[in-house]
Order: sequence, then C-alpha cells, then structure tokens
Amino acid sequence: MTPEFGHFALALALPVALVQSCIPLIGAQRRDAALMAVAGPAAMAQMLLIGLAFATLTQAFITSDFSVVNVFQNSHTAKPLLYKISGVWGNHEGSLLLWVFILAVFGATVAAFGNNLPDRLKARALSVQGMIGVGFLAFILFTSNPFLRLDPVPVQGEGLNPLLQDPGLAFHPPMLYLGYVGFSMAFSFAVAALLEGRVDAAWARWVRPWTLAAWSFLTVGIGLGSWWAYYELGWGGWWFWDPVENASFIPWLTGTALLHSAIVVEKREALKSWTILLAIITFSLSLLGTFLVRSGILTSVHAFASDPTRGVFILALLAITVGGSLTLYAIRAPKLEQGGLFAPISREGGLLINNLFLATAAATVLLGTLYPLIAEAFELGKLSVGAPYFNTVFIPLMVPLAILMGIGPMLTWKRGDLRGILSRVKAALAAVALVFGVALLLSGFSVTDVAGAAGMGLAAWLAVATLTEWSGRVRLFKAPIDESWRRATSLRRASYGMTMAHIGMAVLIAGVSGSSAWKQENILTMVPGDSVTVAGFDITLNGADVIRGANYESLQGNFTATRGGNAVTLTPERRVYDQPVQQTTEAAIHTTFWADLYVVLGDGPDESGRYVVRAYFEPFVPFLWYGILMMGFGGLISLSDRKHRVGAPRTSDTVAAAAGA
Amino acid sequence: MIKVSLLTLSLFVATLAQAVEPGEVLEDPALEARARVISQDLRCVVCQNETIDESNATLAQDMRRLVRQRINAGDTNEQVVAYMVDRYGDFVLLRPRVTPQTWLLWFGPILILVLGGVVVVRVMKRPASNVGEALSQEELDRLDSLLPEDNETS
Repeated sequence: MTPEFGHFALALALPVALVQSCIPLIGAQRRDAALMAVAGPAAMAQMLLIGLAFATLTQAFITSDFSVVNVFQNSHTAKPLLYKISGVWGNHEGSLLLWVFILAVFGATVAAFGNNLPDRLKARALSVQGMIGVGFLAFILFTSNPFLRLDPVPVQGEGLNPLLQDPGLAFHPPMLYLGYVGFSMAFSFAVAALLEGRVDAAWARWVRPWTLAAWSFLTVGIGLGSWWAYYELGWGGWWFWDPVENASFIPWLTGTALLHSAIVVEKREALKSWTILLAIITFSLSLLGTFLVRSGILTSVHAFASDPTRGVFILALLAITVGGSLTLYAIRAPKLEQGGLFAPISREGGLLINNLFLATAAATVLLGTLYPLIAEAFELGKLSVGAPYFNTVFIPLMVPLAILMGIGPMLTWKRGDLRGILSRVKAALAAVALVFGVALLLSGFSVTDVAGAAGMGLAAWLAVATLTEWSGRVRLFKAPIDESWRRATSLRRASYGMTMAHIGMAVLIAGVSGSSAWKQENILTMVPGDSVTVAGFDITLNGADVIRGANYESLQGNFTATRGGNAVTLTPERRVYDQPVQQTTEAAIHTTFWADLYVVLGDGPDESGRYVVRAYFEPFVPFLWYGILMMGFGGLISLSDRKHRVGAPRTSDTVAAAAGA
Repeated sequence: MIKVSLLTLSLFVATLAQAVEPGEVLEDPALEARARVISQDLRCVVCQNETIDESNATLAQDMRRLVRQRINAGDTNEQVVAYMVDRYGDFVLLRPRVTPQTWLLWFGPILILVLGGVVVVRVMKRPASNVGEALSQEELDRLDSLLPEDNETS
C-alpha cells in the first residue's frame, strides 16, 4: 500500500461523511425510510475508508517509509516495534487520524448493533456523527495531512521523543481518545433528541452505555498519563495541574456528572434538559481538550497565532459545534416535558447536588486553566495559575462531594428518609474516628499530618458507607445468610459496578491524601559503598555500569535496599537516546502493597566518583493506581449489565419473567 | 506532558540537572523545609507551568539559590516571596494574589457554586404535591417478597 492509497481513502471518507450527515437527516425529517437507511452503510463505509488510511499510515511507520514526512519526523529504524506503532499517534497529524478513526468505529457500531433504536433517532444520531467526521476529516485533509511525501527520501528518520517511548504513554492517547470520542455518542444522541423534541427513559438507556464506556476509558487514560508522569519524570509527582492534564480532566468531571444525571432521566424522567446540556458540554470540552493540546495555544496566545491556518480552522470548528448545538438547545430544550417530581432529600436530589459540585469543579478547573490566556488577552497582566491555586479551590469542592457520595446511594427515589440513613452510617462514622485517630498516632500532629489523617478518614467514610449500602441491599446479617447470598448473586451488575467504582474513589482519596502528606525524600551525593536510610529502608549504592539498549546508551546504577532482613536490588537508569540525542531518567521503583520506594540516579560520577542520588518514600501511591483501576473496572462491570447491552431494552418476556417469579 | 517539550529544549544540555541538587540544600533542616515550601509556590519563569522546586532549568536553580540566600539573610517567607515578585513580576506566583485582576479567578468558583445552588433549590422547590410518601419498612419487605429477582434500586 502506498501512502497515496491512504490519502485517497481519507479523501474519499470526506464525501461519504458528508452524505452521512445530510441524507439521513433529510430522511428523518421527511420520514423517508429509504433516505434514513443510507446512514448505516455510510457509517460502515466511513469506518472502512478511515481504517484503510490508518492502516496505511501504520504500515508506513512499521516499514520506516521515510518518504512520508510524518514518518521521517517521528520515527527511526532502530526503534522497537511497539514505539514504531505508537509513533503513529505520537504526533499531531497521526493523533487526529486516530481520533477520527475511533469516531468512525463508534459510528459503525451504532449502525451495526443499533437495530432496536427508533429509526429516526438512529438516523439523526448517525447524521450528527457524520457531521463531526466532516469537521475532523476536513481539518486533517486541509491542514494536517499525515501522508505528505518528501523528496529526496532521507536515509534515516529523526526519531520519536524518548519520553514518549514508553509503554504507559504508548496507550495513553488511544485511551483518552476512546473517552473523548465516546462522549461524541452522547452528544450525537443529545442533538438527535433535540431535533426529535423528545427525551425519555429509552433515550437515557441508549446514552448510558456510551457514557459509561467513554467514562471508563477516560478514567484509565488519565490514570495512565498520571502513572507515566510518576515513574518517568523522575521526582515522584503524579499530578501537576498542568494545562494538558486539565484538558482531559475537565471533560472527565462533566462526564461523571452526565453519567449520574442520565440515571435520573432513565429512572425518573427528570433532569432531562440538564442531561442534554451536560452531554453537549462534555463533548464540547472533549473537543476543547483535544484542541487545546493540539493547537499549542496553552503555551501562549502567540504560539497559537504562529500557525494561523490550523488555529482559525480549530476555532471555526469549535464555534460551529458548540455554538450550533447550544443554539439548538436554547430553541428546543424549553419544549422538553418536565419529568417526575422529587423532594429535596431523595436520590434525585442527591444526584442533583453531585452534579452541582462536579459541574462547579469542572468550571473551576477550566477557569484556572484558561485564566492566564484570558488575562493576557484582556491585558490584565502576565499571570501564572498553578498547582497551589488548584489545590486551594478544588479540594474544598471535592470534600463535600465525597461525604455526599457515602449517603447518596442510600437515598430512595422521590423522597428519602434522612433519619433512617443517619442510623445506617454509624459504622462509617466509627471507621472515620478510628482511621483518623490511628493515622494521627502513627504520623504526628503537624498540620500536614492532620490533613493527611483527615483525608484517610474521608476515604474510610466513603468505603464503609458504600459497603453499608451494599450490605443493606443484600440484607446482610438481617436475613438468613442463604437469603443474603441469593440476594447478592441476583443483584444487578450495574449495582456492583457502582459499589466498585465508589470504593475505587475511596481508595483514590486515600492515595491522594497519604502520598501528599507523608512523602519522604533524601537528596544526596553517594560514592559506591555509601548507604542512606529512607523510611526504614537502608539503601546502598553498589556501583554503576554503562549498558547498551536497543536505541539508547544507559548508565545503570545498582542499589541494594534492605528493610527487616529483606533485600531488593534497584537499578535506576539515566539514558541517552541515539536519535534524537536526549536524556531520560528511569526511576527504580520497589513497590510494597502500601508504598513505593523510588530511587533516581542523578548526575555523576564527578571527579571524585560521586553520584547524585534521590531517594523517595512514596506512601499510598499504589493506592492511586488501585483506585483508578477499580473505577474503570466498575464502569465496565456496570456496562456488562444486561440492560446496558447495546440495544437491549427489556423485552416483554423478561418483564413477564420478573413479574411471575 | 509539558515536560516533554521542555526536555526537547534540553537536547543540547550536557548533563541533566534535576530539581533540587544536593549542593543547594541548606544545612539547617528547618530553613531547608521553608525553602521547599516557598519553592513550591514559585514558577520557574522560563518553564511551562513548573515550580522552581521541580524544574531542571538552570534559571530555576538560580532562583532556588536566591530563595535560600534570602532565607539565610533572615527574611520571612513573605519577604522572600515579595523579593522574588520584585525581581520577576507577578508571573512568578503560581498562586496569584487576590487583586481586582484576579477577582474572577478567585471568586468565580464560589459564584458558580452559589448560582448553581440557587438553580438547584428552585428545581427542588417545584410543587411537590404529588410526591408520594416513602414506603414503610413493611411495604418494602412486602415489595421485596414480590420482586425477589429484581431488588436493585439504582
């Protein structure tokens, strides 16, 4: 396959996308089944064409075809295969191609498995997907073509940034994009519903699995990025409130809100127009996230202006998508029927407050991320907004949310019984007191210790309250054990997914609090034979050797860490890559269940043979990864619930079976 | 990820210095701890969103030394920060000061929460006449016995 073949397929995908965005829409308006039926084949054709383009580019990377500019700039023959492949999306053009490919795959999934969808909703949703495709395909073809050729053909490529040559970062962008693009489905269904003028429980049932899938991928994607930063950047930080991180975190926050408000639409047909708005906002923020990262505007307004074609295109695309959908919303939303009413203290009320805090948190992070740009544009001075700001404003929003998270699931629909709940959280309150007390006794009484212990207490609250809610469902200790067992096995997977994800959040809170409060470090110079003690580990530097990797040369330190008679060998590295010539640090991490010992080899040896060594004790950092995995896994468990299987609204059979049992 | 481009810039840097170097550390642990706290709120002014505490840039190293010099000279934390702002401007503060220029930044979140809260209260205050009473425990038990296969509520 020559690159032109991929280019041609991509160019062909654009008119197909145009057809997909126009014809079914007209068909839905005229109730013309033949026109609406165009949507399915068009979506399939789009997936095949973009898939071909993607495969062609991947092949060019694997075979190191340096006649393609993109391959020349981002690859090298000596690169391991995994990074040749991940190099496809390790650059602007290729990552956009991946984005639009995932979009096409999702569209084709709806076309293939959406047989139970009402025809007009399906036609309209696929049409909106087509429109998004048109925007992205045009952007790629006219401003960011990955298939441009070079003449003469260079003998060797420029290589991929060594920091990106890493398993965590190889899968980080695809995961993020699966999340971003997954939210495009919620968006398409929202716009289709607005066109239809109708939002009901069936609609919510359709949107929830997409939102769940998108949310799970985005959760894991953000987690991968954080994990990478932790082990690769060499000083043990895992979240920097960096604009690029925030760009993915903001849609995560609104996506989480959407996940919860869609439940209210499905169960109670309330909060309809808010849920539609959230679907629009979440995808708009995903677009904004993609573009903030891709356009370079975050560095400075001036960096953005340095490439005006792309910049203007991006702005126009954002304006049309966001402006268009919000205008439609403004016209149509007031006509949506109001659904079920509910008392302030009820499941709906709880979920509404959850949405209030999540939306405020998202707006806050957005404000902080864009404020330096706003200040620059309005000449308010050159400002920096960094981690200290975000921690100050974000944590006070998350604490009440986590407290409410403990009791929210215990509330009944329509009207809840707060007094009954207060009697059910005794165990959780006891756990808070116990964990807080023990944490203080073990750590100390400084301000940091108290904050860390309070965070641990909050985690205990959420975990125990979530378990209490589950045990209430299975009537643990209140009914005979075999009945509890029967209940536990017949409980919906969606409910287990919730329990798992909420406990995951508790574990994450423990990780955040513990690692922020009790990190220890020791920065020093060592000669071979020297020892240092960090958090009970005796760390000895045995020496350092130069070793040769696939496409780098490495100075590999050899340390022995002993604690309580157990010895482990740690081999942190300092690598210099051949192409591009660039240094990276590879921290050596010894992980126990609770904590990591993290050793980095710095400068050296100097004339007297000394090395700079950084040794960190990172308590509870593993909990971050456990928590994120539990959340992502919880989302997938919920997704596997039969009611979420694509297009499986409950048939009359299953209803009859349930009623008859 | 912003460090990616940063490290690209360090392509020609012979050795990769990393954050606080052993030679910079103050002898008195209490003073050093203060220096670290101050450093975490100050931006390395040539970097993208990095504190001087974590940055590898030479300028960040100079700024760290400057902070420690001021501490050794007997400055309070506030005086050190004021000194740095004098030299590098407000840009150096990762936690912007509360000034009319940053009112929106600092009070925006509270404003959003309050406005959102008002909307939430209004939604909840809609006539609740047809909101049924919660089921009693007896009724719940009876319901459970009727619908044993479907006892999820979410």
